[in-house]
Amino acid sequence: MSYVIQGETGDWEVVIGLEVHAQVISEAKLFSGASTKFGAEPNDQVSFVDAGFPGMLPVINEKAVEQAVRTGLGLKAQINHRSVFARKNYFYADLPQGYQISQYELPIVGHGTIILDMPDGSTREVGIERLHLEQDAGKSMHDQHPAKTFVDLNRSGVALMEIVSKPDMRTPEEAGAYLRKLRAILRYLGTCDGNMEEGSMRCDVNVSVRRPDEGFRTRCEIKNVNSVRFVMQAIEYEAKRHVEVYESGGKIEQETRLFDPSKGETRSLRTKENAHDYRYFPDPDLLPLEFDDAFVDGIRATLPELPDEKKQRFISDYGLSPYDATVLVFDKESAAYFEQVAEGRDGKAAANWVTTNLFGALNKLGKDIGESPVSAKQLGQLIDLISDGTLSGRLAKEVFEIMIETGDDPAKIVDERGMKQVTDTGAIEKAVDEVIAANPDKVAEVQGGKEKLLGWFTGQVMKATQGKANPQAVNDVLKKKILG
Amino acid sequence: MSLDNTTVRNIAFLARIDVPEAELPGLADELSAILGFVEQLGEVDTKGVEPMTSVTEMALRWREDAITDGGQQDKVLANAPDAVEGYFTVPKVVE
Repeated sequence: MSYVIQGETGDWEVVIGLEVHAQVISEAKLFSGASTKFGAEPNDQVSFVDAGFPGMLPVINEKAVEQAVRTGLGLKAQINHRSVFARKNYFYADLPQGYQISQYELPIVGHGTIILDMPDGSTREVGIERLHLEQDAGKSMHDQHPAKTFVDLNRSGVALMEIVSKPDMRTPEEAGAYLRKLRAILRYLGTCDGNMEEGSMRCDVNVSVRRPDEGFRTRCEIKNVNSVRFVMQAIEYEAKRHVEVYESGGKIEQETRLFDPSKGETRSLRTKENAHDYRYFPDPDLLPLEFDDAFVDGIRATLPELPDEKKQRFISDYGLSPYDATVLVFDKESAAYFEQVAEGRDGKAAANWVTTNLFGALNKLGKDIGESPVSAKQLGQLIDLISDGTLSGRLAKEVFEIMIETGDDPAKIVDERGMKQVTDTGAIEKAVDEVIAANPDKVAEVQGGKEKLLGWFTGQVMKATQGKANPQAVNDVLKKKILG
Repeated sequence: MSLDNTTVRNIAFLARIDVPEAELPGLADELSAILGFVEQLGEVDTKGVEPMTSVTEMALRWREDAITDGGQQDKVLANAPDAVEGYFTVPKVVE
């Protein structure tokens, strides 16, 4: 898939790299014993370390190290057995230390790879440049008072993984697919909840444009975009802006910008020109972070099956199409649900019911798979009722609708409402005879060669039997009776 | 290495220290002297020597993932000049 911006002076290609900040799932913060729990009273989950009090020393949380390594393994990345924490110096009201403890020259995780699943079923590889551990800042609230900014340090010191991609993406769709895939991997691993709306996963977008086959041009960074859709919109807008600037003879300055979702545009964050002089240096409070192979192997041994492997298994074991497999492995819960439905049944039929009927119904209800009114066991029973001939496909869909509404077992619904498919030829023949007797002119048309009209007859018979007749059986009887 | 006034002004800005223009040349001389003193280390051949991060033979201490701190809003805010409803407050930092 190629995405080209056609300018007045020719074609332009878009170059995209993403930096994702993912909040690590852990009980306590990266360098203190205060809780990471969301939604507490302001400044109640703050140790003196997090508040930058004089003389306080950071002590690293083993869980944060483990989670970073686990994520690195999930991204098929190089794990660095020795990494170094550095101070990134800047002043801001919600950064009480005056610096963020981060990693600079030697991050805990190096090069890795993410495989994107594109909507057309194809795949594409994007490189991971690095993953490093760092502290989150506190939260500033600017809308509480006309002249003051309120600062809450509960988030200050929570562990973040900054995951930096290579500038390998060329379309807004690829950026969207990258974020969705990264989120899926983090959720499978249990290292970040991936919730962009609540800010536990945040994205900075680097965008530049260039002529096909030329080197990179100046990029702009769009900060803190908080949904996949906005990331895609921001890229589209920003790339067009670059083309317009270049084509009118202007120059793009490297700068930080903000995306305004209500206007769908990016605008410059007028920061002082020196703002990016972070003066990194190794943090003298912390020795290098070191661990051995045994530590990494121990984590590797507990890795779950990840989306890519699961997808391959679904394709080979259940005969699914790459598209269906991609949709099903998107989250762990859907994949587990599908496997329960598919067990001992036809995989393709199970996939079809889950991806089309169930996902469609859940979408309408605004529920996710964990809240499904129909359990995997019940959906399996419904498929069994089709296989054993109790239900036609059409009746099964009706039963399914009722299951969604009531949560009842399919067998109970079929019994109570008498929805069993009629396969008894006698009953079908009777219904067919009645329809034939009532429509002699149409019978003549069919016999005169208009065989397409048979479908109309089938419909009439189905109506007469309240949809309970087996359509195949009806067809057979009709053909026999009308055409002989 | 000698620092000029522009560099010193920038260092002061980054540290958010308000240095009057008249004091820049004096500071530039002092900082240049410090840098010159440290630069003597450049005479030592350090080829193939790992940068030393600590004088003690210690490895980084790790902590268990347990909540052992926090729940002390009053103490955290004790020195805040203008705490409101549990928040620190500062003069508004955006327009």
